[in-house]
Amino acid sequence: MNNRSLFIVKIVAFTLMLAVIVWAGIEFYNHRNFTETVVLGDGVTTVKKLSDYYPGMKDNINDCNIYIFEGKEPGGTLMVIGGSHPEEPAANLTAELLVETAQVEVGRLIVAIRANRSASTVTRPGDAYPQYYSIPTPWGEKQYRMGDRWTNPLDSWPDPEVYVHYPSKQMLAYMDIRNFNRTWPGYANGSLTERTNFAFMELIRGENVDVFIDLHEAELEYPVISTIVAHQKGTNVAAMTSMMLNATEFRIGMEYSPESLHGLSHREVGDHSQAISYLVETPEPMLDRVRGVTDEHLLLTGKDPFVQKAGEYGLLYEKIGDDGWPIDVRVGRHTSTVLELAQSWSDLNWGKTIKISNVPRYAEIIENGVGYYFANPASVPSTRLAYE
Amino acid sequence: MTFLNILINASYYVLSAAVSLILIRNIIKTRDAQEAVLYCIILMPFLLRVFHIK
Repeated sequence: MNNRSLFIVKIVAFTLMLAVIVWAGIEFYNHRNFTETVVLGDGVTTVKKLSDYYPGMKDNINDCNIYIFEGKEPGGTLMVIGGSHPEEPAANLTAELLVETAQVEVGRLIVAIRANRSASTVTRPGDAYPQYYSIPTPWGEKQYRMGDRWTNPLDSWPDPEVYVHYPSKQMLAYMDIRNFNRTWPGYANGSLTERTNFAFMELIRGENVDVFIDLHEAELEYPVISTIVAHQKGTNVAAMTSMMLNATEFRIGMEYSPESLHGLSHREVGDHSQAISYLVETPEPMLDRVRGVTDEHLLLTGKDPFVQKAGEYGLLYEKIGDDGWPIDVRVGRHTSTVLELAQSWSDLNWGKTIKISNVPRYAEIIENGVGYYFANPASVPSTRLAYE
Repeated sequence: MTFLNILINASYYVLSAAVSLILIRNIIKTRDAQEAVLYCIILMPFLLRVFHIK
């Protein structure tokens, strides 16, 4: 090849490379900086920041919004977090639904929609995950960031060879130092994720939270599914909730939090604060390893022929039918479980009642769709908007 | 520990920038068209990392 041809090849290759970088870079940048708008329901009395409880989080990507609902009468305090694992969208959608609809009659409610905000700014291109998903509403589509299980490496890197959990010293997988549900109760001088957990613990202790609920979704290949995992301090409330939901709405189990498994919210929040802690799981077929095309359709419908085939052969820990596991069913399970846990807690703790109204339950969400309950941000004054 | 992490993180970006420069130099210097295309492909993740995009 002569010099002139070689020069042309180099210029063309370099230009193509730059074009790909610019195109991909814009996609990545827009996803990382995409803002979700939240309409504050009438019940929200204050919006704080996580850094209000631990100044070390100030101006940090994980300095998320904390939505506080003061009840008309004093009582107990319930805290609900979504977005621990942002690839489990029913969790953050349920938390947002609470922020937009809940009215607190007795006690207090505290909600975080994006508990690990950094993890919601990165997704898994290697697993062909979609970058966004949209929920249909009466006024149009509302778009959300699809996230990952782990804190964005742009915000927290490098990972250690082995992650040694603080304070138990239990050895966990290296990348779990960026897993928000393996770093409880956190560490003030640790990684970004450990510091975020520490700030949440300061919040839980500072606001004297009685009941803490961490919302999740799980693959059907995983045995901890369709269940409430309860700290030993709260097994009576969880058992009653499970019985009530089984009798009236849907099948849900209850499991004990293993005492020697560290880093998870259902274990550490209960061990290191006055709160009793629960973790709630719904089925999400998109997380299953045997799934087929991984797109927004699968994320929202929960229907996948490969997962369904695995179900036919009895290889899963949860049933899956022709209807799959649509997002409305998964969010409905979460709202009913949160409301029932609050009710059961109140029944067993008379002086610390938590009474929440106006939040749609399982059957209503399936009938109307989750988007039905989201208000149009354009229809409310800017003072009633928050951004995630 | 946090200080060490910050140091390693910063070193990583310096290394990424250095590798990017070496790759660009190789693209200019090589006499093989196939190698030039290969270097361009290899350069992409390094540049995305240097610019804190991915």
